[in-house]
Amino acid sequence: MDKAEMLRLYRQMVQIRRLEEAAAGLYQEGKIGGFLHLYIGQEAVGSGVVSARRPEDRVITAYRDHGIALAAGMPAKTVLAELLGKAAGCSRGRGGSMHLADVNLNFWGGHAIVGAHLPLAAGMALADQYRGSDAATICLFGDGATNIGYFHEALNLSVVWKLPVLWVCENNLYGMGTAVDRASAVGEMRQKAEGYGMPSARVDGMDVLKVRQASEEALTHVREEGPFFLEAITYRFRGHSMGDPERYRGSEEVKKWQEDDPIGVLRKQLLAAKAAKEPDLATLEAEVDEEIREAVRFAEESPEPGPEELFAHVYADEGGDSWQ
Amino acid sequence: MAVITMREAISQALWEEMERDERVFIMGEEVGVWGGSYAVTKGFYDHFGPKRVRDTPIAEGVIVGAANGAAMAGLRPVAELMTINFAFLAMDQIVNHSAKLHSMFGGQFALPLVIRTVGGGGRQLGATHSQTPDVVFAHFPGLKVVAPGTPGDAKGLLKSAIRSDDPVIFIEHATLYQLRGEVPEGQILEPIGVSKIQRQGEDVTIVTYSKMLQTSLLAADQLAKEGIEAEVVDLRTLRPLDLKPVLESFKRTNRAVIVEEGWQSYGIGAEVATRLYEQAFDYADAPIRRVAQKEVPLPYNRTLEQLALPQVEDVVRAVRGVL
Repeated sequence: MDKAEMLRLYRQMVQIRRLEEAAAGLYQEGKIGGFLHLYIGQEAVGSGVVSARRPEDRVITAYRDHGIALAAGMPAKTVLAELLGKAAGCSRGRGGSMHLADVNLNFWGGHAIVGAHLPLAAGMALADQYRGSDAATICLFGDGATNIGYFHEALNLSVVWKLPVLWVCENNLYGMGTAVDRASAVGEMRQKAEGYGMPSARVDGMDVLKVRQASEEALTHVREEGPFFLEAITYRFRGHSMGDPERYRGSEEVKKWQEDDPIGVLRKQLLAAKAAKEPDLATLEAEVDEEIREAVRFAEESPEPGPEELFAHVYADEGGDSWQ
Repeated sequence: MAVITMREAISQALWEEMERDERVFIMGEEVGVWGGSYAVTKGFYDHFGPKRVRDTPIAEGVIVGAANGAAMAGLRPVAELMTINFAFLAMDQIVNHSAKLHSMFGGQFALPLVIRTVGGGGRQLGATHSQTPDVVFAHFPGLKVVAPGTPGDAKGLLKSAIRSDDPVIFIEHATLYQLRGEVPEGQILEPIGVSKIQRQGEDVTIVTYSKMLQTSLLAADQLAKEGIEAEVVDLRTLRPLDLKPVLESFKRTNRAVIVEEGWQSYGIGAEVATRLYEQAFDYADAPIRRVAQKEVPLPYNRTLEQLALPQVEDVVRAVRGVL
């Protein structure tokens, strides 16, 4: 990978980390409602996978979606405006943290029912196949989603119809607070893909360069042969959502994983490859800090949707919608 | 005007819309090689091919889910659920996705899909294969729910459903496929969300839809022999509900009976009666009556099944009760 791209990924991951830290603060101040699931610790997976796509490739994910939205190219201010329920949010304040999307970036959400977006991914891939496009659909989900019926229905159909889907399991070792070995019959999620005759790979999800390479190879397979299953082993440093008492794991375990902080790993790689010097990275980090501060300011100052918005967008037939 | 069966009318609508728009395709269990479990799509596979007539695994979650995804990406799927009872296996996709994604993402994309499905009892299929849960789907904003009672309406409404940019649940009745009726040739479109007076009368308003339209028309014929003229209003669409013709009729007749095949509790009758009381209380000359299925899981035994389902005599009795 060229040095500029490594630096871009570094900036991306720092941007995700800083945005999530800002979001945690806004949540604690009571400015963000509902649930808030932070991507801190998993930045290398979303950044690595999404960076391997072509513009025509679709991306869809679950509810831990802020990092994926940023990786897909959504501006931080648009993410934060949605978290604050503002009219300038990507979903006009109707979606919130779990429902970010921008179809112009080919980012299709942000879906909050575990496993339910896997069939959606299969359908979008079907649409691309139907039209004769060679676009792929990248579908990210957690280890918890591999235990639900949707997962099996969608994987099976993707093989039967040879749909161009890259299934990406972000295995962060816990489905909410239940460890993988307490919920899943097999320890490696990719074993479930083998049951459908689907090729798979397992990658270190704390190393963005490895994730990027594995994703490129996987996408080549998807375009040429059909669906592929990529399992990225990762870890979330924060709770499942804000307010998680974390009774299911000890602080020692978290600390041990933090030694493999994906941002720290890439930082070392950048310095070792002489792609950047310490001061360059410090400057970059300061720029990102300023970007996020500005984005928070924008989101806080942006107007709320008006009451006339309440009945907008229930039906598309009634007109006035931007999707056309 | 041609007289054809409900099955032929639905089949024609699908065929014409597939010929008209390359984005329209069919997916579901046995829709292709088999020709449809109710033979609605017979001949489609040979004519349109496996790309546009797609046999799926028996997996309702991904049938509706993939249809949702294909619709998000701009195709116009017609997903078939073999019976409405199997829609419960796809309920999350229908309720949490078909109905919500357009709104929840601020109108960024539409979901132009049709879910064709078959409901109703009366064929001794037992409790899990005989339900009429239409009202369940009508509960959710974001969905449109259509349930025709004549071949002409079936054709015109299905064509409109396929052209709609919104998700439409299109409910056919298992015992109406052989029903014959006049269907205009060619590109007829019936508007979704418009109720229709199917029989005129001045003495009482019967509000109904789907199979119960036919039951109500038979009841009206019987009542006519006694000199009672019933006006029969066919809702045709359960969401959005067009109450205007019902209200106008009720204001003339001052008496109403609501007939539905599903269970009475929390049903169509409850909704329509409440709206009539809210909007035309002073016009009522008698309490509104409801005819519906007895509140039991439908038994297999033919006598018991028929006892549970609303019959012509039940409608006649209810009408006499409001006069």
